[in-house]
Amino acid sequence: MSAVLKVRVWRGGADGAFREYEVPRRESQTVLDVVTHIQRTLDPTLAYRYACRVGMCGSCAMTVNGAPRWTCRTHVDKVAGDGRLTVGPLRNLPVIRDLVADMREFFDKWAHAKGRFEGARTRADDVERVSPQSAARRRADAAIECIGCGVCYAACDVVAANPDYLGPAALNRAWTLVNDARDTGNDERLRAVAGDGASLACHTHMSCTERCPKALSPTAGIAGLKRAVARAALRGKL
Amino acid sequence: MSRALALAHRLSGVALALFLPAHFWVLARALQRDAFFAWTEQPAVKLAEWGLVTLLALHLAGGLRVLALEFLPWRDWAKALAALAAGFAIFAGLAFALAL
Amino acid sequence: MLGVCVLVHLATIIYAVQGGLTGAEILARTRGNVAWAAFYTVFVVAVAVHAPIGLRSVLAEWLGWRGRSRDFLLIAFAVVLAGMGLEAVRGVFA
Repeated sequence: MSAVLKVRVWRGGADGAFREYEVPRRESQTVLDVVTHIQRTLDPTLAYRYACRVGMCGSCAMTVNGAPRWTCRTHVDKVAGDGRLTVGPLRNLPVIRDLVADMREFFDKWAHAKGRFEGARTRADDVERVSPQSAARRRADAAIECIGCGVCYAACDVVAANPDYLGPAALNRAWTLVNDARDTGNDERLRAVAGDGASLACHTHMSCTERCPKALSPTAGIAGLKRAVARAALRGKL
Repeated sequence: MSRALALAHRLSGVALALFLPAHFWVLARALQRDAFFAWTEQPAVKLAEWGLVTLLALHLAGGLRVLALEFLPWRDWAKALAALAAGFAIFAGLAFALAL
Repeated sequence: MLGVCVLVHLATIIYAVQGGLTGAEILARTRGNVAWAAFYTVFVVAVAVHAPIGLRSVLAEWLGWRGRSRDFLLIAFAVVLAGMGLEAVRGVFA
């Protein structure tokens, strides 16, 4: 194991470049540790994001050796076998500076997919009874843990090729709401996720499912949305 | 694996779409004359024929996988469909090669 | 539908090649065969519909071509494919 890591880090905006740094290698080091070391001791002008640093918040997502990952949960030993690392901002999103990506379009598409809960009851009404064992709730629960980190969005080839595509996270969230017995906005929602920019554009590459740090499967949810859209279309609801 | 298969599915589709007019053209003429059939005995043509059978098998398998993912209720083995599809295509290619 | 057609076609081709049939032999079996002619007619039409739909995604995502001009080209391609395919069916089965 080499004593020193050679780390290439993206500096600048869209027309920036990689700059190389040498970072001392430590046991159990994570990529986030490496980036933090660079910013604190080598180059204070480096911009990057993190928060919890324990794999809960998703803020530290970056492109490491070509793949989108949570840097706080990526051990250097796993990705830098030959002592080399390349770190860049998440793919498919505009770069603000260095390792910081602009997440606005990610969340805008979430809204476009109607990823927001719409209920009919008020605090004056009784709580709606939903069995956690019901098939629909199980489907929703399988997809509900998304924290909006953007890794799936960065991994998706269709997002890269099609600017209108809403993306795996937004569609996954729409899927949880389609399966939510309390939600009343599903006619609108299915309309929002039909069409070329939405569920129909998924080509089942499954990069999202492969890379999701929470082991979710947006592919499954999107397949479900395709079926729901087809059913609604047949019933003339679209 | 799924990504590689999806890409192979797309490329085989494009290749087939480009090949089909030629296939139709040859068929409309070749079966009038045995001379044409002698032409098809050339090894280059045989190789191309094998390539096309394999491409078709690959595209078919990939397509069936997409249909399974989209219309059948999701199951855990859905992820393995890519490997299954690739296996079928290899099998079909081998079967044709051995038949030649 | 198309899946069934392709499987049948593949099986038939492998069978024919395995039997080492010559062009004349194949023609002897196909000429005037209404059932097979009908099958291949359906196959040709299905393919002429399916191929342009697939190419539509490829053109949009890999060449950035979207909109009416692309769709016109694809419809033209579908017509050409169907025409050539039916000619081939005629050549083999008439």
